[in-house]
Amino acid sequence: MNRRELLKMIAAATGASLIGADAMAYVELPDATPLEKTSFSKKDYLLWEAICDTIIPRTDTPGAVDAGTPAFTLRFIHDCYRADQLSLFKRGLVDIEQQSQRQYGMAFTKLAEQQRYQMLSALNDMANATNSNKTAEKGLWQVVEEKGLPPYFTMMKQVTLFGFFTSEVGATQVLRYVSIPGSYDGNYPYNKGDKVWAPEY
Amino acid sequence: MSDKYTYDAIVVGSGISGGWAAKELTEKGLKVLMLERGKNIEHVKDYINAHKGPWEYPHHGRPTREMVEQEPVLRRDYPLNERTWGTWTSHQDSPYEEKQRFDWYRSYNVGGRSLLWGRQSYRLNEEDFLANAKEGVAVDWPIRYEDLADWYSYVEKFAGISGAKDGLDVLPDGDFLPPMALNVVEKDIAARIKKAYGGQRHLIIGRTAHLTESRPEQNRVQCQYRSRCWLGCPFGSYFSTQSATLPAAMATGNLTLRPFSIVKELIYDKDSQRVTGVEVLDAETNQTYVFKSKIVFLNASTLNSTWVLMNSARDVWDNGLGSSSGELGHNLMDHHFQVGATGLVDGYEDKYTYGRRPTGFYIPRFVNWGDDKRDYLRGFGYQGRAFREGVYRDNSDMGIGAQLKEAITEPGPWKIGANAFGEVLPDHRNKVYLNNEVKDKWGLPVLEFDATIRDNELKMRKDMASEMAAMLEASGVKNVVAYDSEYALGMGIHEMGTARMGRDPKTSVLNAHNQVWDAPNVFVTDGAAMTSASCVNPSLTYMALTARAADFAVEELKRGNI
Repeated sequence: MNRRELLKMIAAATGASLIGADAMAYVELPDATPLEKTSFSKKDYLLWEAICDTIIPRTDTPGAVDAGTPAFTLRFIHDCYRADQLSLFKRGLVDIEQQSQRQYGMAFTKLAEQQRYQMLSALNDMANATNSNKTAEKGLWQVVEEKGLPPYFTMMKQVTLFGFFTSEVGATQVLRYVSIPGSYDGNYPYNKGDKVWAPEY
Repeated sequence: MSDKYTYDAIVVGSGISGGWAAKELTEKGLKVLMLERGKNIEHVKDYINAHKGPWEYPHHGRPTREMVEQEPVLRRDYPLNERTWGTWTSHQDSPYEEKQRFDWYRSYNVGGRSLLWGRQSYRLNEEDFLANAKEGVAVDWPIRYEDLADWYSYVEKFAGISGAKDGLDVLPDGDFLPPMALNVVEKDIAARIKKAYGGQRHLIIGRTAHLTESRPEQNRVQCQYRSRCWLGCPFGSYFSTQSATLPAAMATGNLTLRPFSIVKELIYDKDSQRVTGVEVLDAETNQTYVFKSKIVFLNASTLNSTWVLMNSARDVWDNGLGSSSGELGHNLMDHHFQVGATGLVDGYEDKYTYGRRPTGFYIPRFVNWGDDKRDYLRGFGYQGRAFREGVYRDNSDMGIGAQLKEAITEPGPWKIGANAFGEVLPDHRNKVYLNNEVKDKWGLPVLEFDATIRDNELKMRKDMASEMAAMLEASGVKNVVAYDSEYALGMGIHEMGTARMGRDPKTSVLNAHNQVWDAPNVFVTDGAAMTSASCVNPSLTYMALTARAADFAVEELKRGNI
């Protein structure tokens, strides 16, 4: 049956207005808030970009910056985080910048790659020590859940990973992405180095 | 009254059971009007997200704060997300009241929850129909397994249910398409469980309403293992109204489908003790219409079918049509879950899976079965899967930078987990009723819920966690963790009861053929009819009940009885 025949059989005779003229069930959603309309400044963006780049750098495959993760995650954070999560994230940005000034006497964005790595590695270790309860940490994947707040660096790391692996670059060039597998193999060979399948969301 | 307002039959609702009612009644030659309160979703064309990658959603699929704040119910579980946004019904337009928390996830669209269901398809067993009578719980079912067996076969063949014939009394085999496959770890764990429990417990592949062989005659293609079912399947692989029953009903030329049609009430004629038609409120224009018919099938989903009854014939019965028994709105059930166990499986580092299998394994009920006796009634089954962990796993020992990127982009160890689904006993105290003070967007009274799980379910939950943990441990699984997380009635999205079938009009709303005792030309064949809940996913049973009742209704029409 074609669309015209279908519409003919739907309702026209019963006083219904034209079906679904502008109503859709699966909704085409508006884009995320543009970066310039979020509360993040250009300076925030550059600092965050440097942090993302340190967490997921470009190696033999693209990194977080290549994937547009810094901008996506700031827009995501603006639209999806609770107020307390957002303010913790911002406090984290301030803290990282202050630590950089204290330890190296210059802005984080000016640090050498190795210095950035050392600073964030230390923050990561501290965050892990605080997260000794691992089930609590797993809950962080659901950033909108009504849960207690983790150390800010845990939040930064998880949102970077989420943004990166659900990006087109991350999913298709770093992980393996197949839109239509066509079949299932529950005994599929795995060789060390083979990448994980990209997450669906 | 002109012809366009008069039909042989009216079907209220277009979900799983409504689709079946429309198909059966039109194929038997009746002129049918199918009313759907929500908008149309056209097969394939309107599945606008079906081919999107996560990056094509503004927030890669996750809900925004605005969505969270707007949807106090959907936010409680997975329905709140960008991928299916617009399909699950908004609380803003259609609120309800909770004397006790009840998670009510609805989909007011053509196809209803047939587009959003979990697709697990199991027959009730012989004991399920006998348990109430044997145990003195609620009332006896007016039918037995034998009354439904052929109808199960009938609907399985058309819907397309993939599954293995496992030969278990507790989970009767059906007319299946070839099964989907257990993965390598699940197969081994199945063998270990079988050995550890002397062949008394079984881990089998889920039986699911997906085609595993293409059906050109239905314009449906075999499952492509995308597991994006809730976005609508452009291949028509899984059973939905759109993929299966609606095209069949349309093909007869006997169906008229009218979306945006909220059924306010059934029009009851005191003299004939029959319903003569329905009053419809157009959801877009707020105009009312009356449609006449010889019979009405109520398939509005459990609680909305009951709502329609409650809002009908109130001049005769204060609490509506079907309330003379005092049971309308009572005995509300769900399947209680969010309890089970998980663990790590050593080895299999050279194995992975390909494809996103849209089902998992199933472990049929084994408690209170055969010689097994517990300190509670009924039982539970498990649904689970074994899988290698992906990028969303504990990364605390991976550091940051290149080292993190390297480690997390390779699959983690194999994990296995299973979630129990337990039977909720029918209990008169678990009820829903009209709250005439609170109105929805259309000025109609809303439902208020006063129901909860009770002692029997709470006792069962202890076993639901500990038995899975024990099975995993007996199978050599490491780091086994049993869990019992937050559950509220309704969260299973298996609402059942509130207009139960029975043998006596004094204690039940429907008879053995799903006819309302007080108006025998009204049939209720969705979850509202359930006399008890079993522990298996219920939709297949609604399909079978609907096909059976439609067949009976047409015979009764021919005989002039209704």
